[in-house]
Amino acid sequence: MLDFIARRLIAIIPVLAVVAIFVFLMLRLTPGDPAAVIAGDNATSDQIADIRNKLGLDEPIWTQFAIWIGNVLQGNFGESFFFKKTVAELIAQRVEPTLALAICTLLFAVSVSVPIGVLAAYRQGSVFDRAVMGFSVLGFSVPGFVIGYCLIYVFAIELGWLPVQGYVRIGVNFWQFLERMVLPSLTLSVGFIALISRITRASVLEVLNEDYIRTARAKGLSNRVVLMRHALRNAAVPILTVIGLGIAILIGGAVVTESVFGLPGLGRLTVEAVLSRDFPTIQTVILLFSVVYVVINLLIDISYTLFDPRIRY
Amino acid sequence: MSTETKRPVLEVRNLSVALPKGGDRVHAVEKVSFTVNPGEIVCLVGESGSGKSVIAFTVMGLLAKALKPTSGEILLEGENILAASEDRLRELRCTRMSMIFQEPMTALNPVMTCGDQIDEVLSTHTQLDAAARRAKILAILARVKLPEPERIYASFPHQLSGGQRQRIMIAMALVLDPVLLIADEPTTALDVTTQAEILKLVAELQAGQGTGVLFITHDFGVVAEIAHRVAVLRWGELVEMGPTEQILSRPVQGYTKMLISSVPSITPAHRGVRRDGKTVLRTEKLGKIYTGNAFFQKARVVKAAVDVDLDIRRGETLGIVGESGSGKSTVARCIARLIDPSEGKIYLGDTEIATMSARKLRPHRRRVQIVFQDPYRSMNPRITVGDFIIEGPMNFGIGREEAMARARKLMETVRLDPNALDRYPHQFSGGQRQRICIARALAMEPELLIADEAVSALDVSVQKQVLELLDEIRVRLNLAVLFITHDLRVAAQICDYVAVMSKGRVVEYGSAEQVFGSPKDDYTKALFAAAPGRHWEFGKFAA
Repeated sequence: MLDFIARRLIAIIPVLAVVAIFVFLMLRLTPGDPAAVIAGDNATSDQIADIRNKLGLDEPIWTQFAIWIGNVLQGNFGESFFFKKTVAELIAQRVEPTLALAICTLLFAVSVSVPIGVLAAYRQGSVFDRAVMGFSVLGFSVPGFVIGYCLIYVFAIELGWLPVQGYVRIGVNFWQFLERMVLPSLTLSVGFIALISRITRASVLEVLNEDYIRTARAKGLSNRVVLMRHALRNAAVPILTVIGLGIAILIGGAVVTESVFGLPGLGRLTVEAVLSRDFPTIQTVILLFSVVYVVINLLIDISYTLFDPRIRY
Repeated sequence: MSTETKRPVLEVRNLSVALPKGGDRVHAVEKVSFTVNPGEIVCLVGESGSGKSVIAFTVMGLLAKALKPTSGEILLEGENILAASEDRLRELRCTRMSMIFQEPMTALNPVMTCGDQIDEVLSTHTQLDAAARRAKILAILARVKLPEPERIYASFPHQLSGGQRQRIMIAMALVLDPVLLIADEPTTALDVTTQAEILKLVAELQAGQGTGVLFITHDFGVVAEIAHRVAVLRWGELVEMGPTEQILSRPVQGYTKMLISSVPSITPAHRGVRRDGKTVLRTEKLGKIYTGNAFFQKARVVKAAVDVDLDIRRGETLGIVGESGSGKSTVARCIARLIDPSEGKIYLGDTEIATMSARKLRPHRRRVQIVFQDPYRSMNPRITVGDFIIEGPMNFGIGREEAMARARKLMETVRLDPNALDRYPHQFSGGQRQRICIARALAMEPELLIADEAVSALDVSVQKQVLELLDEIRVRLNLAVLFITHDLRVAAQICDYVAVMSKGRVVEYGSAEQVFGSPKDDYTKALFAAAPGRHWEFGKFAA
């Protein structure tokens, strides 16, 4: 087990190295000059050259990369070109809304999609099953911002139940925080629910054909117990895997959702940083997302052992 | 047994169960009536598709939704359970009637401890508190003779052997002392020595508690071992029923006679020892070792085969007999070079092939052909039987026309219609498919034919035909045959020589008469002693 965790943690290093190189090169090889953006529309080419020199952008690419990596390895992620803050401060400021959004979405999506997936499997071929399958196709195909604006129109503008946009820190006013989390989480959940309910259904259906389900029924257990205790736990591993992979959807979705609902999170920070070509911020945020993704999937692999005693690392 | 005065625990009256439309017949079970008395073991015997399992599942109320009982009554201690509600059935399961299944490997939930799985029965059906339940479970685990009940209680199924798992199933089924136990082929998936223990255990427990047992099996050896009365089923109808001794020695119906006559005798057929043919295959200290990879821990080493010396001459059949995990299939696969041996030599004629590179080996592949156990899974479902047979010869440069002509001839050899070559595997029965697999092997004109449990998945009457076919082909083509089997009766009938394997080693090797007649090794003796119905000489009846 420790052996396994150690190996997996070591395996993160090459992943991050590849991500770092890729992001660094992509940013520098695509057109668009941060110095020009900072200097504004009326700047002279001397002023721009001056800024480039200050930011170190006139060095050769490999020197820039070496300096950046050297700093990152020392825990220094550099200073934002625009926000006049270190990138670390910037991220610390922006992390809370994204984290809150991700957690609310995950909790909501899992608590909705797993039960409906199990029920759809149990009533295979019924109207409910077909409705769930229909919804999941829809959930995949409708883009997040469309869902977001529809929800805003109905619940915030027409019914006036919830605020349209904005964010209140959890420590400032919990109730207002919650109010402002509902619509974004719902929006981001749709795709996730579609994905997880579908995989839950398939996975439970497969398990329901197993011999031990027959044994459980032969014991005189009720259908509910057979489904929840015997079928679902055995179906857990593929469901968990998909939740882990879905974290990527969550990160991508957060960018759109935060923009629609005006949440000052990492997603919007990414958008702003990309638009203003704020290299240090983009690089760091993407590295952070990669670490989160890899670590969450490691945690999910470890959690398999809780559900299936046959899995030992 | 004087049970006439008591009310039967199970009475099946005129039961019919309809198959869904489009099946090969209208009823899965048709107008079947029988009873099971307290303390009695009734065997339902029949080949696959005879409806014996359908009857068992109908009694438990666990029938697939597509199957519907259309007439009759099933009385459990006088209560008609065909008319019972789903809730009432649930109350009855495991309290009045219990069931154990064929596959102990898959019948237990892999993610729950064995103790918890038995505990579910008690917490569902009784008001006992946790301590009382635990005490009761430990008691039943001891009663089914599991060692260290405390440890077993906390074990997960994958930590136990097949026999132990079946004991857990039995413990679970009997923990509330039901009046009826339904056993659906409970020993079919087990090794013969384990099977003997489980049969003994079932008989002991049911005699002790006076439980009525409905025992489903296809194996007449098991019937001879355990049954008080026997019901023979065919195509969903009850053919014949009576006391075991009467059915086995004086069957009335033609079908019963045919079935019993098909059971291979455990006394080897006298075939004489020849030893005059040319040696086709010889192994010298053949061994296969599996090593696991581990980063920090010590690597696990499994010796699947150790120092195996065998030889087969033309026109001879050598049988390798052993229980699961004995290494018999490993040896067969090494000889066919489907897996690479780790040590030793394999001489095919004069060619040493154990260490030959894959490229050099290719021309020799033709000379060894193998027929596998499961004819349902060893054929590609999307390829016609003709293409399946000619694929090998065409790989070795024979033209399509010529290969097809050969395939037609071979279909006749295995007694199938040559015009069926453009059909797909699903259009054939299991026995026919196994014939096709044999034809495919013969199409390569091999010197050595390996049959790896090739008749184990077949019904006894079909098994008999395939065995006869194999032997006939051996004689006609003067072929060397390596026959891998766990079934001692089959080995006794088809083998000239027998090698008994245990834990990767050959423990006894000699002519069939010698090995069966006067076994020397302790393991061989134990193996033969465990063969079900070994004291029973199944008669050969004219049908």
